[in-house]
Amino acid sequence: MTDAALPHRAASASLRQRLARRGVDATTLLVLPAALTILGLFVYPFLEGLVLSLLPKTGGTFSNYAKFFSDPFLYQTIPTTLGIAVPATLANILLSVPVALRVRKMKRQRFLTTILVIPITLGTVLVAEGLLNYLGPQGWLNRTLITLHLISHPVRLVHNYWGVFWSLVISGFPFTFLLTLSYVTGIDPSLERAASTLGAGPRARFRTILLPLMASGLAITFCLSFVQAFAVFPSAVLVGSPAGSTRVISIAAFQAAYETYDDSLASSIAMIMAAIQLVIVVLVLAGRGFLYRGPASGGKG
Amino acid sequence: MAIISKDFRALRLDNVQRDFGAFNALKGITLDIARGEFVALLGPSGCGKSTALNCVAGLLPLTDGTISLDDTRIDQLSPEHRGFGMVFQNYALFPHMTVARNVGFGLAMRGESKANIVERVAEALRLVRLEGQADKLPGQLSGGQQQRVAIARAIVVAPPLVMMDEPLSNLDAKLRLEMRAEIRRIHAHLGSATIYVTHDQDEALSLADRIVVMRQGEVRQVGTPEALYARPATLDVAEFMGFRNLLPGRIDTGTQGAAAVVTVEDTSCTGTPVGPLQPGAVTLAIRPDDLSPRDDGPFAAHVEQVEYRGRAFFGIAATGRGTSLHFHSPVRVKQGEALRLGADPDRILIYGAAP
Repeated sequence: MTDAALPHRAASASLRQRLARRGVDATTLLVLPAALTILGLFVYPFLEGLVLSLLPKTGGTFSNYAKFFSDPFLYQTIPTTLGIAVPATLANILLSVPVALRVRKMKRQRFLTTILVIPITLGTVLVAEGLLNYLGPQGWLNRTLITLHLISHPVRLVHNYWGVFWSLVISGFPFTFLLTLSYVTGIDPSLERAASTLGAGPRARFRTILLPLMASGLAITFCLSFVQAFAVFPSAVLVGSPAGSTRVISIAAFQAAYETYDDSLASSIAMIMAAIQLVIVVLVLAGRGFLYRGPASGGKG
Repeated sequence: MAIISKDFRALRLDNVQRDFGAFNALKGITLDIARGEFVALLGPSGCGKSTALNCVAGLLPLTDGTISLDDTRIDQLSPEHRGFGMVFQNYALFPHMTVARNVGFGLAMRGESKANIVERVAEALRLVRLEGQADKLPGQLSGGQQQRVAIARAIVVAPPLVMMDEPLSNLDAKLRLEMRAEIRRIHAHLGSATIYVTHDQDEALSLADRIVVMRQGEVRQVGTPEALYARPATLDVAEFMGFRNLLPGRIDTGTQGAAAVVTVEDTSCTGTPVGPLQPGAVTLAIRPDDLSPRDDGPFAAHVEQVEYRGRAFFGIAATGRGTSLHFHSPVRVKQGEALRLGADPDRILIYGAAP
């Protein structure tokens, strides 16, 4: 109607107006830096890796992928990595939930949160270093136990599966905890009070109120923590047994790239890594569709 | 099967106290509530009325005192073992459960059979007139409907005591009036005791059998709505009950009886003493509803401001010494108009304290 009423302005105004109607205006340009960053630092390398993976040194287009899935030394890294990443992620969530539920009711919440979050600033290498110092064969724990004559030989606590597992728990916990805490504190406390006046004890309140309202958030937390844990590399090398029980998929990719100088195979392994992560995340998010995802407050407060 | 509350005689609060750090939120509340009674806890924000309710519900532990149901002490029980129904100010409906599951929650927690739950939920929803909404989520309901779900959820377990914490404060004026009538009807149907917390004196007056006026963590007066409205026991209760005109005055002789003459500013008027009075400073309390222009009125004033509110004009007039008087008039008065204001002697209350 406006265009018809103002024919002489229609030509100049129409493009801007039509864009504005679709929500595109000058402010939209602010998206550009982020979009360029994603294109340059994520999309381009990803596509280049994909193309590279399809150009093997020898053989046909998919021969790298065929090689990966026919060589047990390579494809066994998938169950190995999942076998570390999934339990470590679940352990972090199982640990985070009770801690977050307790912290939420504390007065010095900020202080405690700060302490729990410090490991996030250390990085995996420092955590691995610490684990070696504490738990290694010459570490404080073993030496103390030997001094106390509780053991005669050092107990092997690092350079195996559990070394990597604990390293992932320590470095992943702050992240999982912070996410969980934000979901837990988002639950209206009056819901629990209402449940208790209706006869629900602490266990029943957790099962019927807190858990269902947290579940969808925990699914997201699982995805984010899992992706972090799946890419485990430094701790798998430093506190694991990189040739054996903790030969994770990123080690396979590293060896392909820097030991056999097969960039194409390394890219293929990276693509397989991405695909596995994607499958797990999609499965979890699909499962999340069955959970309640609405607000966690109890009315028009 | 109709929902009828469990049998009991009385809930007794004896010297119930609650501190938050150094702050005494409740300074010793003693109160008996009989079965079938509707008691309103009335007071301004921060007077301790919600604290008292939470103490009865078991959501806050007591600092001192006891709460008992008949002869059984209940103040040590956790809320899930008290079996009272509570309606929260923000309703606190479980957002992930349907209306039916919300209402049936208390029954499920008591281990009732599925068939029994279905039947009693249907009965409760009928009682609050929400048939046909059973499968919706709370987020899909209007504020008034959510409020009724909250009531249904609290009463479906047939609690001996239903507690409501300002349940109407989130509703619009029209719905508030409707829900008032609903709450009264449901209370009469259940035969349980109801404790109703509000800061709205109209709500308390219209709903309650007995009103408990609280202020600064103390009970200031307990009485029927009529008694409270006509004879607030203390000056601050009077102020809260709508006596907006509080005038300093003097009496020359002590009183014990029905009427006394008070000197106010440069005039004098006859009022009704509340309790015995000593000669000296007193305070007059008059409602705007009772103060109106009349030829023999003791207060000479001129109109400063006037507004029409349907059934009457309400205005503010200033006396010669600048004291503001809130009054009403059945006929239009003009701004700046000089008039004399007065009230019936039994509507002028005299308190022995300075305002």
